[in-house]
Amino acid sequence: MEDLDGFLLWAVFISLAIISLAILGAFVRLIRGPSLPDRVIAIDLVAYLTMGFLATYSVLIQEETYIDVALVLGLLAFLGTVAFARYIERIHAEEETTEL
Amino acid sequence: MTETIAALLLLGGAAFMMVATIGALRLPDFYTRMHAITKAGTLGIGLILVGIAVFFGDLSATTRAVAVIAFVLFTAPVSAHMIGRAGYLDEVPLWQGTLVDKLRARYDDLFDKGDQPPARRASSPSASDG
Repeated sequence: MEDLDGFLLWAVFISLAIISLAILGAFVRLIRGPSLPDRVIAIDLVAYLTMGFLATYSVLIQEETYIDVALVLGLLAFLGTVAFARYIERIHAEEETTEL
Repeated sequence: MTETIAALLLLGGAAFMMVATIGALRLPDFYTRMHAITKAGTLGIGLILVGIAVFFGDLSATTRAVAVIAFVLFTAPVSAHMIGRAGYLDEVPLWQGTLVDKLRARYDDLFDKGDQPPARRASSPSASDG
């Protein structure tokens, strides 16, 4: 394939910049919390944003293999979120039984 | 022409992702943040991957892009539902301006009878009329 020309190249660069800033913002939410589920969805957001970053980067270097990387990253993020959700529910259930 | 459409789709997807992050930073409680992240994140990824399919324009890339879109569309609501339910059971406080809490009635047996629901009744006395 030929090199990218003007508008698309700028669009890719601007998209990468926006997504990088968004990842920084997601990390701010990850640090500030305040609760554990807040942090979990912040990690979820970071995974989504990284998927978008990889997809945009695949346009920049014209290598479509990065789409597969995004798919695997999405799978891992989904499993991580589900595992955290089960974990939080189990903590709550154990607290209930010990209080009674 | 094709590249222009792909560029616009990429920019649109990145804009939606920025909206998701702004929502995660600005919205008042856990549940509204979860809503913003899931919806805007899904739409952002969808637009970017449609842009990729338009840009590459061959069967291989389009199939993979559609696969990723379908995967995100299936898993994002599931994970948002599970983490939202876990947060509710973990008694993450609702926003103090919340008026209706329909989920509460389904979990009465899990909370003590006199127990305050996730921290809001005191600040809005008419809330239970919902």
